[in-house]
Amino acid sequence: MSDHSVPDFTSWSCPLPLRDYPTIVMGHGGGGKLGNELVEHLFLPAFRNPALESLGDAAVFDVASGRLAMSTDSFVVQPLFFPGGSIGELAVNGTVNDLAVSGAEPKFLSASFILEEGFPVAQLAAVVNAMAESAAKAGVRIVTGDTKVVERGHGDGCYVNTAGVGVLRQGISVGPNRAQVGDAVLVSGTIGDHGMAIMSVREGLEFDSQIRSDCAALNGMIADVLDAVGPSVHTMRDPTRGGLASTLNEIATASNVGIDIDEAKVPVRSEVQSACELLGLDPVYVANEGKAVFFIAPEDADRALDVLRKHSLGRDAARIGVVTARHPRMLVARTAMGANRVIATQIGEQLPRIC
Amino acid sequence: MKYLTEFRNGDVAQRMAREIRQVATRPWKIMEICGGQTHSIIRNGIDQMLPPGIQMIHGPGCPVCVTPLALIDKALAIAAQPGVIFCSFGDMLRVPGTDADLFQIKGCGGDVRVVYSPLDAVELAVKNPQKQVVFFGVGFETTAPANAMSVHLAKRRGLKNFSLLVSHVLVPPAIEAIMSSPENKVQAFLAAGHVCSVMGYWEYPPLADKFEIPIVVTGFEPLDLLDGIRRAVIQLENCEHHVENAYERIVTYAGNLEAQRLLADVFEVTDRSWRGIGMIPKSGWRLNDKYRAFDAEERFQISGIHTEESPLCKAGDVLRGAIKPAECPAFGKECTPRRPLGATMVSSEGACAAYFNYGRFLSADELASAGAAHV
Repeated sequence: MSDHSVPDFTSWSCPLPLRDYPTIVMGHGGGGKLGNELVEHLFLPAFRNPALESLGDAAVFDVASGRLAMSTDSFVVQPLFFPGGSIGELAVNGTVNDLAVSGAEPKFLSASFILEEGFPVAQLAAVVNAMAESAAKAGVRIVTGDTKVVERGHGDGCYVNTAGVGVLRQGISVGPNRAQVGDAVLVSGTIGDHGMAIMSVREGLEFDSQIRSDCAALNGMIADVLDAVGPSVHTMRDPTRGGLASTLNEIATASNVGIDIDEAKVPVRSEVQSACELLGLDPVYVANEGKAVFFIAPEDADRALDVLRKHSLGRDAARIGVVTARHPRMLVARTAMGANRVIATQIGEQLPRIC
Repeated sequence: MKYLTEFRNGDVAQRMAREIRQVATRPWKIMEICGGQTHSIIRNGIDQMLPPGIQMIHGPGCPVCVTPLALIDKALAIAAQPGVIFCSFGDMLRVPGTDADLFQIKGCGGDVRVVYSPLDAVELAVKNPQKQVVFFGVGFETTAPANAMSVHLAKRRGLKNFSLLVSHVLVPPAIEAIMSSPENKVQAFLAAGHVCSVMGYWEYPPLADKFEIPIVVTGFEPLDLLDGIRRAVIQLENCEHHVENAYERIVTYAGNLEAQRLLADVFEVTDRSWRGIGMIPKSGWRLNDKYRAFDAEERFQISGIHTEESPLCKAGDVLRGAIKPAECPAFGKECTPRRPLGATMVSSEGACAAYFNYGRFLSADELASAGAAHV
C-alpha cells in the first residue's frame, strides 16, 4: 500500500483511558463504561457540537421553515484507507452529496459504527478524525450516533452508516425524472478516479499508481451552480457506484428520455485511462465520489460550465452530451471513430478480463 | 497513452475505411479469431464503418466462451471444497455452470478470489501452506506462458499446495476446424495479435496454403483492426492468399522464444473439447508428465459431473460464425447478460455480450440515427 494513503498510527497518542484498550473489545459496544469512554474521549472531542453534547437519545435541533430532505448510506469499503481518503471521508461526503444533488443544503448527520472485535482503536480514531474534518469542510454537524461491536470474523474491521438531513433550497426543483429533451449534460470533472484508486490498493490487485480518490463534498460547488442558474437545473446526480454510465442510464429511464454523449468529451485522467486499459475496464462504469452530473436547460449550460470551472472541484468540468427524444431510456455514445454504441447498465461489478 | 491513442485517431480511421470502400468490389466474409478483437470492433463501431458487403464473422477466440461446461462444473466443485482457495481471472466468475457460477459458490462460503496473474496464486499458496490453492488456467496461447510459469515456479519452490485446473486451447487447430467444416463461410482470417506475440506466426503459412485463405496478424486498436481488414480485402480482391503481419510493433515471425521454451517444458498437446463446438483434435495443451502432480484434475478427483447445456443456446453456431448473435432466437429474450444461457453472453469478449451491451439489437439504421442529436 502506498505510504501517503495510511495515517501513521504509531505516532497516534490516545487520551487516557482509551490507551488501556488499544483494540476494540466486545465491551465497547455494551452500553457500559467502555462504550462511554469511546464517546467521551473519541467521538465527542472530534465531532463537538451542542446538539451532540446533550447526549440524549435523539439529537434536537432547529431548522429553517420549509421542506427537508433526508438520506442514508452505509459504507463498507476495503481497504479502509486508500490514496486520497478513507471510509471516514466517504461516509460524510457520500451523504452530504446525496443531499446536495437533491437540491438540499446539508445540515445534520448521524454516524453509526459497526466495529469488529480486535479493530485497532488508533484506526477508529483516524476514521473519526477524517469524518470530523470532512464534516467541518462541508459545513455539516454530526449530531447523533451509535456504536455496536460484532465478534471477530463477523465484520470487516469497521463499517460506517451515516444519515443526513438537509433543507431544500427555495425555487429549485430537481429530480432524476425531470431531465428534458434538449437539456445539456455536464459532468463536473474527470471520471473513474475513486474506483481506480481503490482498485490500485485492493488486496491481490495492487499496482503502482498516482491515482487518488476524488472523494469530496460537493455541496459548495452545487450551491454555486444553483445560485447562478438554479431554475434551469433539472437533474443532478453524483455518479458513485456503477459510474457515469449507470447514473445516466438511471436518469434516461426515470425521465423517459434518450441521452447522447460524445465519448471524446468525457474527461478521464490519462493515468485512470491507462489503468483501465491494463485491467480491461471501462472508465464510464468506474465509481466516483466527488463528481456530479447536471442536466441543464441549454441556454444556461455554458454559464453553468463557467461557474463549475471556477470552483476548485470543477476545474475539469465538461459538457458531454444532450438529452434527446430519440431512443428513450437509452444511453448512446458517439465513439472516437464517429460510430455509435449503446452504453448499457452493468449487471454487477466490472470483471477484469482474462487477456 | 503512448502506443494507444495514436491507434484510435478518428480521422485516420475514416481515411482507412474510405480506402477499404474503394478497394472492395465484392462481398467478403472475414473472421476475427479473437474475442478481444470482437469486443473492440463492436465497442468502437468498426463494423459500422465498413462497406455493406464486408462482413465480420466473430470467431471462437474467447477463452471464457469455449471452456467446456464439464470443466466449469469441475471448477465449481473444487472451489466449493473446504480448505481450498480457488483463484481465477475475473470474467470466469459469472460463467454459468450447470447449476451455479463461481460467484454463487463464493456466496455460499467458497474461498474464490480474483487475481490478475497466476503468479499471485503461487504467492497465495506460499502464504497459506495449510490451504490448497488452485488456479483456473484457461485461455489461448496468450495466457499460457504465465500459467506455465506458475507451475514451473511452484515446482522449483517445492510447493505441495498449488495446482492448476488447466484448459488451454490453441488457435491454429481452430482455424483448421473452421475451414474444414462443410458449412464454412469464412474467406479470410484476422489472426489474434497477442497470441502471435507469444507464438509468432510461423504456424500460419501452411494453413494459408492449404485452404487458400489470406491470414493477417492483427492488433486490437481501431486502426489496427481497420489495417488488418484492409490488407485482407486487398488480398481477397487480388486472389492472393498469404500470411501478413499488420501488428509489427508487437509480433515477430518467430515470436517469444523464451516463452515457447517454457511452454514446451510444461505442456503437451492434447485433444480438447470446445464448448459449443465440440472435440477438436490436438487443439489444446495440458500439463505434461513432469508437471502432472500440479494438475488439479489429478489432485481433486471430481466425479459424478453431469452437464446440461441450455437447449435454447446457439453459442456453438455463433462461435463457428454460422449465425450472428442477434439471430439466435433466445438473444435478448431468455438470454441476457443478467441471465446468460451460454458463456458467449457472459464474458466481455463473448460475441453475444458484445452485441447486447453495445446495442446491436438495434438495426443499423436505428443505431446510425441514434446519435443524430449529438452535441
